[in-house]
Amino acid sequence: MFLTLTTTRAPATDLGWLLHKHPDHVRSVSLTFGRAHVFWPEAGEDRATVAMLVEVDPIGLVRGRHAADDGPLAAYVNDRPYVTSSFLSVALGQVFRSAVKGDCQRPELLGEPWPLRVELHVVRAKGGEGLIGRLFEPLGYEVDAVRLPRDEVVELGESALYRVTLSATTTVSLLLRHLLVLLPVLDDEKHYWVGQDEVDKLLDRGEGWLASHPEQQLVTERYLKHRRSLARAALERLAEGTEAEEEADEAADAPSTPERALEKPLKLNDVRMARVVELLRQPGVARVVDLGCGEGKLLRRLAGLSQLTEVVGVDASSRALEVAERRLERTPGREKVRLLTGSVTYRDDRLDGFDAAAAVEVIEHLEPHGVRAFTQAVLGGARPRLLVVTTPNAEYNVRFPDLPAGAFRHADHRFEWTRAQFAAWATDAAERWGYDVSFEDVGEVDPEVGAPTQLAVFRCR
Amino acid sequence: MPLIVPELSLVLLVGASGSGKSTFAARHFRPTQVLSSDHYRGVVSDDETDQSASADAFEALEFLARKRLERGLCTVVDATNTDPQYRKRWVSLAKAFHVLPVAIVLDVEPSIAIERNASRADRDFGGHVVRRQSRDLRRSLGHLRTEGFRYVHVLRGEDAVQDAEISFQRSWSDRRDDTGPFDIIGDIHGCFLELCELLDELGYAIGHEGERFVVTPPAGRRALFLGDLVDRGPASHRVLRLVMDMVEDGAALCIPGNHEAKLLRWLNGKNVKPSHGLQETIDQLSGEDQAFRDRVATFVDGLVSHLVLDGGRLVVAHAGMRRDLQGRASGRVREFALYGETTGETDEFGLPVRYPWARDYDGQAVVVYGHTPVPTAEWVNRTICIDTGCVFGGELTALRWPERDLVSVPAHQVWCEPKRPLHDTPTVPEPGPLDGVPHAGDVLGGRSVETRFGKVIPIRPENAGAALEALARFAVDPRWLVHLPPTMSPVETSQRPDLLEHPDEAFAYLRANGVRTAVCQEKHMGSRALVIVGRDEAAVAARFGFEPAEIPTGGIVLTRRGRRFFADEAVEAALLGRLRTALESSGTWERLATDWVLLDAELMPWSAKARSLLETQYAPVGTAARGSLSAAMDALRAASARQEGLSELLARTGERLDAVQAYTSAWRRYCWEVDGLAGVRLAPFHVLASEGAVHDGQGHAWHLEVLDRVADADPELLVRTERRWVDLHDETSVAAATGWWTELTERGGEGMVVKPTDFTTWRGRRLVQPALKVRGREYLRIIYGPEYTLPENLERLRSRGVGRKRSLAEREFLLGLESLHRFVERRPLRAVHAPVFALLALESEPVDPRL
Repeated sequence: MFLTLTTTRAPATDLGWLLHKHPDHVRSVSLTFGRAHVFWPEAGEDRATVAMLVEVDPIGLVRGRHAADDGPLAAYVNDRPYVTSSFLSVALGQVFRSAVKGDCQRPELLGEPWPLRVELHVVRAKGGEGLIGRLFEPLGYEVDAVRLPRDEVVELGESALYRVTLSATTTVSLLLRHLLVLLPVLDDEKHYWVGQDEVDKLLDRGEGWLASHPEQQLVTERYLKHRRSLARAALERLAEGTEAEEEADEAADAPSTPERALEKPLKLNDVRMARVVELLRQPGVARVVDLGCGEGKLLRRLAGLSQLTEVVGVDASSRALEVAERRLERTPGREKVRLLTGSVTYRDDRLDGFDAAAAVEVIEHLEPHGVRAFTQAVLGGARPRLLVVTTPNAEYNVRFPDLPAGAFRHADHRFEWTRAQFAAWATDAAERWGYDVSFEDVGEVDPEVGAPTQLAVFRCR
Repeated sequence: MPLIVPELSLVLLVGASGSGKSTFAARHFRPTQVLSSDHYRGVVSDDETDQSASADAFEALEFLARKRLERGLCTVVDATNTDPQYRKRWVSLAKAFHVLPVAIVLDVEPSIAIERNASRADRDFGGHVVRRQSRDLRRSLGHLRTEGFRYVHVLRGEDAVQDAEISFQRSWSDRRDDTGPFDIIGDIHGCFLELCELLDELGYAIGHEGERFVVTPPAGRRALFLGDLVDRGPASHRVLRLVMDMVEDGAALCIPGNHEAKLLRWLNGKNVKPSHGLQETIDQLSGEDQAFRDRVATFVDGLVSHLVLDGGRLVVAHAGMRRDLQGRASGRVREFALYGETTGETDEFGLPVRYPWARDYDGQAVVVYGHTPVPTAEWVNRTICIDTGCVFGGELTALRWPERDLVSVPAHQVWCEPKRPLHDTPTVPEPGPLDGVPHAGDVLGGRSVETRFGKVIPIRPENAGAALEALARFAVDPRWLVHLPPTMSPVETSQRPDLLEHPDEAFAYLRANGVRTAVCQEKHMGSRALVIVGRDEAAVAARFGFEPAEIPTGGIVLTRRGRRFFADEAVEAALLGRLRTALESSGTWERLATDWVLLDAELMPWSAKARSLLETQYAPVGTAARGSLSAAMDALRAASARQEGLSELLARTGERLDAVQAYTSAWRRYCWEVDGLAGVRLAPFHVLASEGAVHDGQGHAWHLEVLDRVADADPELLVRTERRWVDLHDETSVAAATGWWTELTERGGEGMVVKPTDFTTWRGRRLVQPALKVRGREYLRIIYGPEYTLPENLERLRSRGVGRKRSLAEREFLLGLESLHRFVERRPLRAVHAPVFALLALESEPVDPRL
């Protein structure tokens, strides 16, 4: 990674005093991840440019890392040695430590705003050109960003890489502090563990400018690697006493998916869950299995029902089951709940003989052959006495203002059925496996396109 | 008199507290065989005497007993067992697992038991408890047989307990130490002529000594009769005499059929309806004397319902045998052996509808059976029915074991009109309703896959979870997943100064493993693809279990992880269509006598599949590297003009920039535009399987030759895999192959794959790596990073171990072949799926992904 800093304030070689680097000397500094070199391509009276080249050891980056870590550092082919990132920020902080702090053997130079220009060769900006402007322009920089193509020969579209020139009349110390904070923010992939002291570092480097920065929230979150508790603490201290609101536990855990965001105004999920629970709560139902339980929303409701003696949740995603496990921790009735790794497309005798089963918003995540397997494995194999299946009603999608025509409600949906399609599948499955089936609407019914969710109840004949 | 205890049984020790059961158990049984209620009371409650823990202890005991019985292990329950309620539960458990319940009663004087308990600190209960238990026990004694215990041994008094000896009795069906070889003969039904002809055909010499037959088998062999010797046919009495004489002389083994069972009832004077051909036997026996009829009764009565032979590899039973019943003993087992499993319904001919147990059979042992006439004997999941309906005018068939050859002689005439026309019987059972769905229990929770190569390959539960998610969410219909390509190890690291990999190490490895000849195949840089294609949609649909409408493209192209290769069905259809034509015009369908084929191939360009990798990783890394390094070079040049001490940094940065340029050229070579099928190229290199055959017995010369012809039929789409043959002990030949690799890789090729010329090569119990990749210096920039060739980087990269990768490659290769063999053998989907699943699970083992 490489950057240059140029000034045209005469005598320009005074820049060397501020940076504690003599314009006639080359300096090399060892870093934990490589070496930084400082040299001067030009050092004249009217104009001086200092350059810093950071060599990141590409083998050292990968070696010794855990194999399961598939972040950007896990591969030898990665952009870390080349783009401006937290590595560059660390190098700048170390190489120009005194300049950042504002120490100078000629203190009269310190407070003086100079015309300065920084060239950042290859910035990876997560958030694009707009973000570069939003971060630097409020601080008084003139920003020139040139977007690079992914490749110059093979047609692969535009990349997230930019060559960026920042110009401003400001002090060297402040400019360095801006870079220290904002370069890792643009890149949004910090290479080191972030703890409490990072909050102090941020507030120290942000002193005098961050509190009034319009992107303060984004800067704080990204700088603190999206650790919400740290970001909250930092924002509170920036706001000096105004209480940040406590967020609900759930919202803190998971970023909301597009599906949830779309359906949110309806609180459809709650309506759906309530209806499913009501259907499962029938006399004689003591053992229930939640097929494709995900993170355990339904399980938590079922655990609390005293009539149930056993609640089993099954899902193919071990990550989802881990979350479910955590969320169930303090749920009353936890001891009745068992979580199983499994798939609704596999015949599974652990799921045999249950009084009731539910598959809430599950089938639309299956390929057509998966739906077929689901039908066989559940209705033909496990044969619960009662089965509740819900799925989106595709006809209703036109009522979601933000959903493009023909798109699905969730990126992982493999299909969304109209009411007729759902009815055809359910009727056929029920007939084949000896069940009676009835249908219900869930959510507010639109006279033209029906309810947002459709539901089928299968009862073993 | 020793106490008889069957080797496979559930033994209940019955006796009051203090009667010496635990001492008795310790003396006669291994500690692992004994489940003691005291012990498990302690395990569940920390207090062996805590009576409130009895119910929990019983549950624990029962759970363990189930596990042991499921595995066919003798299990001893050391509890008082004086309460009939508890005994009843044990008896029903024994029945559920088809093992014999045995009661050994320790009936000692209550005074002795009370005295013993008094001397033990942990038994502080009063004498009244022991007296009550003794009372219960005495009251039970007379009922034990009716409770269902097959063996009841009562040891009266302390001396009898002390002196008791146990004799373990092998189960009647356990003949595992008899390794044959056998000639297994199907249902004869009185067809004496055909039987003699078949024996003759099999090399048996039939002579006479008076009335007696004296049969001399071919050296070391014996006949094995599957029952239904009698009824319907012309000479049941003569068949009986021949078989009985052979069995008596040790020239044959015999198991009973349902017709013998019925005949025995008649011989014993029971009221039996002489239907289903019994009348003919009765008539034929009327010419024989009473002594002969008695002999028949004794003979049939002594027959064991089914036999487990040849180290457990072979099971014979008249009507077949489910896995969980093999080697077990119960009325149910005998009934299954004689009659099979019926659904209770009858078909349009009034015959009982049989439950197709063979279709679901997943056992390891081969089951040979008869009972249901079929037009031809065919293997279904390691089972084969060899009743080819001789008496109905079909054939009399023998299976030679262990050769598995079928030998048949035709019937002289229709001796009996069948109710259902013989040709009407399906040999391969119709698919059942749950076929086509894999079973979670086969693959989850720490299962192993047993391969035919003598290796059992475990699936770790956490890896199974990852595979399940991958398969359930992203893979194609499991009916297509009959194979996945195994991973391949690179050569060991080269010590040459500027290389990580070089052919020398591949040749050295093969030589060290006793391989003499190798083939070097060009490694095409694209994406691995498995192609299944049928001669027409119907053929492939029928073989893979689809409705033709379900598979409009008449086949599929899969990625190495079992996903659909092409998002666009039209491109898949076009590719399969072209390939189908090439297979047709090259005469490959006829040559392989098949109407479908599974090919292992590389599909190019790389950019067709790897576009997102290119967009997010390969291309931007190059752009970023070139951008920052060339700017740095400009600045360094300017600075060098006025500053000292930059020459080293300038030189190194120059080298880095060159490396980065080379990296970009490396991946750009593997990218080109495609439009539909235009630009797509397919390079097949293995003909993995076709109808009836996995081609792992064919060497690479055969595979490449077959595929060359196919490739030449459509050179626009198909690419020959170039190759060089190497005699590993001929320096010139080795040098030529090495030179070829150098030339390929200098041109920018990925490299080559070095394989022993045979598809599989074993060295003792270990598989020789079936393929080793030797990748080129430039190509490896894509793997190890643009600047890997800088000396300080290369030096550190040399420390890489290929051991784990090779072990993984071996296991995956065997699993891949196992699934193919299972598919070709028409085993059920769940059996084919298990090795594929295991292979995918292995892919999540932590192994350096750059190898």
